[in-house]
Amino acid sequence: MRNIQTVAANTFREAVRDRVLYNLVFFALLMMGAAILVGQISIGIEQDVIVSLGLTAISVIGIFIAIFLGVALVSKEMDKRTLYALLAKPVKRREFLLGKFFGLVMTLTVNTAAMAAGLYIALWTVKHPLLKSDAYILVAVYLILLKLALIVALALLFSCFTTPFLAILFTAGMYVAGLFAADLRTVHGVDIDPGALRLMRGISYLLPNFQNFDVMGAVVHGRGVPSVIVWQATLYAILYITIVLTGAAVVFSRRNLK
Amino acid sequence: MGMPQGAIEIENLSKEYPYGFLHLKKKKSLEDLTLRVEDGEVFGFLGPNGAGKSTTIKLLMRLIFPTAGTARILGKSIDDVSMHGSIGYLPEQPYFYDYLTAHEVLDYFARFHGLTANDRRARVAAMLKKVGLDTAKKIQLRKYSKGMLQRVGLAQAILHDPQVVVLDEPMSGLDPLGRREVRDIILELKREGRTVLFSTHVLSDAEMLCDRVGVIVGGKLRGIGAPGELVDMKAQGMEILFELSGAAGNLPLLAKAARTGERYRVQLPETELYAALDALKAAGARILSVAQIKPTLEEYFMHLVEADRAQASAVEVSGK
Repeated sequence: MRNIQTVAANTFREAVRDRVLYNLVFFALLMMGAAILVGQISIGIEQDVIVSLGLTAISVIGIFIAIFLGVALVSKEMDKRTLYALLAKPVKRREFLLGKFFGLVMTLTVNTAAMAAGLYIALWTVKHPLLKSDAYILVAVYLILLKLALIVALALLFSCFTTPFLAILFTAGMYVAGLFAADLRTVHGVDIDPGALRLMRGISYLLPNFQNFDVMGAVVHGRGVPSVIVWQATLYAILYITIVLTGAAVVFSRRNLK
Repeated sequence: MGMPQGAIEIENLSKEYPYGFLHLKKKKSLEDLTLRVEDGEVFGFLGPNGAGKSTTIKLLMRLIFPTAGTARILGKSIDDVSMHGSIGYLPEQPYFYDYLTAHEVLDYFARFHGLTANDRRARVAAMLKKVGLDTAKKIQLRKYSKGMLQRVGLAQAILHDPQVVVLDEPMSGLDPLGRREVRDIILELKREGRTVLFSTHVLSDAEMLCDRVGVIVGGKLRGIGAPGELVDMKAQGMEILFELSGAAGNLPLLAKAARTGERYRVQLPETELYAALDALKAAGARILSVAQIKPTLEEYFMHLVEADRAQASAVEVSGK
């Protein structure tokens, strides 16, 4: 456990020192500025525009970080051979992997929290006081974070057995496919072979269902999010991440380094 | 009490790498290596680049996994991660997180050895001093030279007082002063009773430091023993160093000599020595030195490398 913590803390430190996050926070603030502008020219829908633009920005920026830094977590260490000295210490490979995962999740949490704060500030500038229903934005942010953690786990898994470039493609592909996982389940048509339909349905359950984490529609219009949805999404993310990380650990613990 | 335990015991270790389309072909980078490094010994692992030295070391560190064979360090299987608490490892051309300072990177590694904050501080400071990075400890590693990184690597390898230290090319990238310092550190480790296994292709380092050396060429161990035992120390001839100014073109000896300015160096069998000296005297040469030519580890080594190449090309010719 101590080893995992040590690796995680160092991963976080790396992200901070490499200044990747600073730029992105700045970018997010820029987005908020744009939102305020849009809010000024549209009448009566400032809330909708700012919340949807803000949440979209938080999600998109987070996805970029999760995919690119997620793939780099292990591949960069292998490529630069920084991993060699570390693995000669009394550290298990799975501890290294988990430390890397939690380090990036920690980074994303801080980053997402900063952007969420920016979003609230933007919202407050166009309509104050804030309403109680605005707290639902936090629920949407939390679910985005769960989604990002799942993407990091996938990026980590792919980077354990393929090149960084392919790992980025696979992770992005899984994300896009996962957005439509639920739709695959409900496909029906007269001219589709029943075998193919079953196959499609099977695949849809294996894919990470990213729709589970999307409550933006409700939150933008100030509607609440039932707590059961939050619980389900949380359990789903934990289960899926556990499976993916276990797979990554199995692959990585047998991997020959260059 | 059974047989005394070797610090490192390698048995029939082999490593093959798949390559080519669909990984159907296999390249052997280490073949059936059996080797024992005794407790407290400084053992040099010699061989040209690509001979299998790094492969062996990486196998011992579990960075790569053997196709066959086993190895134990301090009596424990190399699969046992806890054993890594008592070993130190310097990777070849080490590279560390360049966003950290030397102090931070050592502190980071020290954490994996379960040292308390106070112990860490003391150990890290002592190590930085030992490898001469005391004044550069607050600088990020991205600004370090190759030699400085090598020192950081050495410091992290011995940070936790390991019983067994494995160094992959510890002298590479260092200037003469740095090499000297590394040699001193290795000798100090030996005095402290630790076991050191290090690889090198610089033979003089091995001759100077090692109790025993193993020579590996083409993935196979070709010779093992004390540096003096490995080579036949009988003189193989004589070497004369002399100065000769002006034209003395009629001296047949000069055809065999290597020239630098007015200085010449010539090697010849001992039986021809006196005749040569007489001829040089007659020509007005100034004799600077006469010395026996002893085969060095280097020549032994080159002999093995050439034998291996000859064998490889013979296999190629026969189409196997």
